[in-house]
Amino acid sequence: MADVQVYKRTPAEQQLAKRRSKKAMRDQVMMFSLMIFLTLVSFSMVVAYEAGVAGFSKYLIIPMVMLFAAVQVGLQLYYFMHMSEKGHGIPQMFMYTGALLGFLIPLAFVTIVWW
Amino acid sequence: MSSVAQKKGFGATLWDWLTTVDHKKIGILYFLGGGFFFVLGGIEAMMIRYQLYKPNNDFVSAGLFNDLITMHGTTMIFLAAMPILFGFMNAIVPLQIGARDVAFPFINSLGFWMFFFGGLFLNISWLYGEVPDAGWTSYASLSLASEGHGIDFYAIGLQIAGGGTLMAGINFLVTIINMRAPGMTYMRMPLFTWTTFVASAMILFAFPPLTIGLFFLTFDRMFGGNFFNHEMGGNTIIWEHIFWIFGHPEVYILILPAFGIFSEIFSIFSRKRLFGYPSMVFATVLIGFLGFMVWAHHMFTVGLGPTANAIFAVATMAIAVPTGVKIFNWLLTMWGGSIKVTTPMLYALGFIPSFVMGGVTGVMQGAAPLDYQLHDSYFIVAHFHYVIVGGVVLAILAATHLYWPKMFGTMLNETLGKVTFWFFFIGFHMTFLIQHWLGFWGMPRRVWTYMDGQGWNFANLISSIGALLMAIGVIVLVYNAIMTSIKNVKVANDPWGDGRTLEWAIESPPIYYNFAATPLVRGLDTVWIEKMEGNETGLTPAEPIKDIHMPNGSIIPFLMTLGLFIAGFGAMFRTEAAWGLPVLIFGLLWTFVSMAVRSLQDDTGYYIKKDEILRDLKRKGGQN
Repeated sequence: MADVQVYKRTPAEQQLAKRRSKKAMRDQVMMFSLMIFLTLVSFSMVVAYEAGVAGFSKYLIIPMVMLFAAVQVGLQLYYFMHMSEKGHGIPQMFMYTGALLGFLIPLAFVTIVWW
Repeated sequence: MSSVAQKKGFGATLWDWLTTVDHKKIGILYFLGGGFFFVLGGIEAMMIRYQLYKPNNDFVSAGLFNDLITMHGTTMIFLAAMPILFGFMNAIVPLQIGARDVAFPFINSLGFWMFFFGGLFLNISWLYGEVPDAGWTSYASLSLASEGHGIDFYAIGLQIAGGGTLMAGINFLVTIINMRAPGMTYMRMPLFTWTTFVASAMILFAFPPLTIGLFFLTFDRMFGGNFFNHEMGGNTIIWEHIFWIFGHPEVYILILPAFGIFSEIFSIFSRKRLFGYPSMVFATVLIGFLGFMVWAHHMFTVGLGPTANAIFAVATMAIAVPTGVKIFNWLLTMWGGSIKVTTPMLYALGFIPSFVMGGVTGVMQGAAPLDYQLHDSYFIVAHFHYVIVGGVVLAILAATHLYWPKMFGTMLNETLGKVTFWFFFIGFHMTFLIQHWLGFWGMPRRVWTYMDGQGWNFANLISSIGALLMAIGVIVLVYNAIMTSIKNVKVANDPWGDGRTLEWAIESPPIYYNFAATPLVRGLDTVWIEKMEGNETGLTPAEPIKDIHMPNGSIIPFLMTLGLFIAGFGAMFRTEAAWGLPVLIFGLLWTFVSMAVRSLQDDTGYYIKKDEILRDLKRKGGQN
């Protein structure tokens, strides 16, 4: 086996690590509550539409739910899957490239190929 | 495996190659496998040209001619050009970035076996007597109407081989991102590594559409699907879109590694740093991206309308800009260099005018109105052979000579190499230059024969003689390879004398762990820098010599692929034979059980002891 090296943190480093993980935890809880809130709002809007509450038309709710869904995907990626942290540049680049291609190709179809 | 050379029996050697996860051995497997299919595709090409050398020839029937053109195209693209390039990537890229292997050695082996079994599946169609006959593009209405199992062989065989390609692509991406030696920043990577990286990214995005398209075709033909059947609400044009969304990036997947190989050659044999390195990298990435935006230029005559045609025409012509940047950079690399015309350099010199001619005809076809005239004529055949033979195949032959010492430890004969070049190069231009005019004179592509008195006879005869010259060139190369292997004169680390990148600082072929100590990279062309500063070994180690962790070999990739191969036959005969469905299920189960065994076994590899590495170093007299 290769030599196993044990590295002991200095008190200052320990403090910093503690502070960071505390902040990370706070962010996670905040984002989790935000996501639950967005889900609640989405469901409430649909329930309101079903119940026939004035002002809740299909054309308001569908774009709103789509928007909330997009926000949730972002939160999921950046906070729960840790894309906001360092060292995720390459995965981000590939995801955005894929998303760009996945957007441009259908766009070409609906605008110039099948119009 | 010990450092002391020992004779192994045939069985042990075979087992070693079946189970290997060493990137250098897998590189050789890819090279030999691809070489085999290259010869097969070449024989098909010779039969095509023999059929067409005179009017009203009846050497082959019309049906067999369709089989031949389909299998020639499919074999050359999927089973020859790509695997041979993968062979070079496997053999060289980990060495160029200072790594001991690829990131996923097991998946590397799986990728090779899937390519090989997929290719075997496709070519068993010849033995079965029902061969794919709808062209390599296999357009849906024609391929759905094709009788017999020909197209089934195509769909399933390419599905298996394509899966292997996807794995290889992902493997190279992860390897290049994660396994570069200390100091090897992105902007210090050799151009062959860069082009491998971009080509792998293109594989990642381009092969899923092919997978989907082939599954649709499989369902339509074998499982009662109607994706492409317009009578049942399907859309036959959608196959063309899916195929070309894959197919256009595919041609850049082939040409980019070829560009990388030539970049290395120009730099080595001009004994100069590559001119405009950052712009080369930028052009490579830009070509990679634009390659996804132009697929509909294969479909100008389908009737997409003037808006779509105009936009795709402009996008197509835009690709000429980064490609032009590359051409000028190569010319300026040679400018003022101390040029040595070796066999690889000869190929590189021949490549520039050949590829530019192919590129110019490409821009001509990119002009949509002109394409209406050129479409489905021999002009198209001439164009794509100019880019693929004049670009990719010349690169493959050049790299065969350049990297032969690194892969096999011997040097191909230079004189015979130059003989090969001249036969191949003259033959190539003879075969395909005249085909541009054949296209202008109205000869349609994919016809099995033609009538006398249309003015095509002499041009076709010239073309066929050219094909013969190319075949002679390849035969000389094979003879050269065999004689070199028989003589078996071992060469030193840097047999060309002017190596610039890490692979030339270590043994030929490298020992199985590549680097005794991971090297420190101090700039672009790091070995050149070290040599200029008087470090004869060309390497500065980044770490002391210590134990090395290595992966164990495994037979499981072979077994997993065997299951898919068996399942393919089951799927094909499911509706007409009682054994079809059970064989399909058995094959898939076989694969899943193999996967489960791999997941459940605890294979953490092994360590090479420091003592053994020191012993190897001593045996080599302190050389890397």
